[in-house]
Amino acid sequence: MKHHLILKVITKFMVGVIVLFGLYVQFHGDYSPGGGFQAGVIIAAAFILYGIVMGLENVQKVMPIWFAQKSAAVGVLLYALTGVFSIFFGFEFLNYYAISPEHPKHGQHYGIILVELGVGITVTFVMIAIYYSFAGRTPRLDDKEW
Amino acid sequence: MASEIKQGTLELVNHLPILQVITPMLLAPLLVVLNNKTLSWLLSFLGTLACLFISFLLIQAVSDGSIITYYLGGWVPPIGIEYRIDAANAILLFLISIISVIVLIFSYTSLHAEIPEEKHTLFYSCFLLCLTGLLGVVATADIFNVFVFLEISSLSTYVLVAQGAYLDRRALSASFNYLIMGTIGATFFVIGIGYIYMATGSLNMIDIAERVSQLGDNKTIQAGFAFIVVGMGLKLAMVPLHVWLPNAYTFAPTVVTCFLAATATKVALYVLIRFVFSVFNYEDSFVNELFFLLLMPLAVIAMIAASVIAIFKQNLKKLLAYSSLAQIGYMLLGLSLMSQKGLASSLVHMVNHGFTKAALFMSLGAFVLNTKNVYIKSLRGLGKSMPFTSAAFVIGGLSLIGVPGTAGFISKWLLLEAALETGYWLVAIFIIASSLFAVIYIWKIIEVLYFSESSDSYNEVSVLTLLPISILALFCIFLGINTSFTVDVANMATEILFK
Repeated sequence: MKHHLILKVITKFMVGVIVLFGLYVQFHGDYSPGGGFQAGVIIAAAFILYGIVMGLENVQKVMPIWFAQKSAAVGVLLYALTGVFSIFFGFEFLNYYAISPEHPKHGQHYGIILVELGVGITVTFVMIAIYYSFAGRTPRLDDKEW
Repeated sequence: MASEIKQGTLELVNHLPILQVITPMLLAPLLVVLNNKTLSWLLSFLGTLACLFISFLLIQAVSDGSIITYYLGGWVPPIGIEYRIDAANAILLFLISIISVIVLIFSYTSLHAEIPEEKHTLFYSCFLLCLTGLLGVVATADIFNVFVFLEISSLSTYVLVAQGAYLDRRALSASFNYLIMGTIGATFFVIGIGYIYMATGSLNMIDIAERVSQLGDNKTIQAGFAFIVVGMGLKLAMVPLHVWLPNAYTFAPTVVTCFLAATATKVALYVLIRFVFSVFNYEDSFVNELFFLLLMPLAVIAMIAASVIAIFKQNLKKLLAYSSLAQIGYMLLGLSLMSQKGLASSLVHMVNHGFTKAALFMSLGAFVLNTKNVYIKSLRGLGKSMPFTSAAFVIGGLSLIGVPGTAGFISKWLLLEAALETGYWLVAIFIIASSLFAVIYIWKIIEVLYFSESSDSYNEVSVLTLLPISILALFCIFLGINTSFTVDVANMATEILFK
């Protein structure tokens, strides 16, 4: 899409805004509508938009395949380790009171933020990885064929 | 709750139900992050060993009839998710864990022949996720949690089956078929859960059971039950819904076939049993009649038809897959007799058939490692050149037929007893007829193994490959002689389920 100048300029502008909105949804997920899954999808949408407009090679320079795969696993680990943390301190798996035993409400708050962060990371990178594996399969179209 | 806020009060022992499930779940992403082929095998092996140890502790704790409960996140049910271990699921946790350990020993050598090396890490990661799903389905007492774990295990199973594509591209279509059928099954299951939730407003099994008994004759509950039976029927390959199974087993890598044949369908059947006895009331006429009018004939058809089809199959993996369908028929029959003995035979057959079929598929896999061919002709004369593998295959075959002294005999005997006790003479005759068909197709293979001359000669497989095969074969004999482990625990389980 080399000749779509307007699309490219708008995309460059929008990517940052989309990621910012994604982070907003991520970190306000505990009080307002949203959360890890929605935020993950929004942030991934930024990368996918960039990939569609600028080309797969360019987005993979920013976000290599291996990074997407490993980060998806890191998100799951973050979620699971939050639970294991509680086990180490003698609480049930995923009992957030363990995080701050003196202030149970804070414990619940931090716990849900950590877990949602894990969800957000996983969803972001899984969406990107799915996009990569679909987009990587099609034969590349030349600009003239558009 | 409030008294526990200051510091945790739970010892590590109290966490066994959740540790059983999260050990493989923690390792699966870790493998992807570390991305080292040998390390992934080692970590998965150690992880499954830990699972086996935990399940052993659990089965010891519940074999006296006690029940272990665990509240996730400290939220008390019916609001929170509860894990509930009793004799019925402890025995399945043990089966799944031990099969996964044995299968992983086998995979160390066999995986190189089937999957390119750069995929091994992801393969093991997927395997551990599948294990997590199966263990989770069995451990939980929350019906929506059952659905979630069922999907975790199914989705990773589709991927694992598709890995056979490096040897035979047909694995892709087999996996896709399985995906479509499995997803339809899961959808039906979740619709059923939706109906139950609509009628009772609860997701906890114990809580639902109480509310269902108060509701009495309720159409919503009955519709939910019907959806769940069909959904689980798809997952456990009940006969008219079985079409995904033969191809999925045939084209999957040997490791995956062994693992699935020994565990996946049993877990789906366990879910059905759990729903019939712990969620619904098995004495309700619609539950009873459904089993008597629908599931029992289907189970008998599975036993007979699948065994007959197996006789005519030249592809050995397909032959064993059809024989699996027949064996699922036995388990379903034991359940549909709706008697304590019938259910006990069903539970015992799950374990015994798990070991038997794993032994058969694994020794077949060892043959294939040498001959690179799954057709019956390729086994000519292997009885001489691969004596140990052939012996293991014969033991597995005898156990499949139900020869006295092997595991299969115990469960078939229990099933016969149960059928006669409830007065179904015709069913008992069908059980024996189906066993005779099993004699035919197993003998067909044994004849080729021992009584025909071979043109090529092969060496026996390595010790590391032989080790898991012989462990499974020994289990086939051990469980046929010492029944204290299986039958006693199954009797305890049926007492809990029938209450």
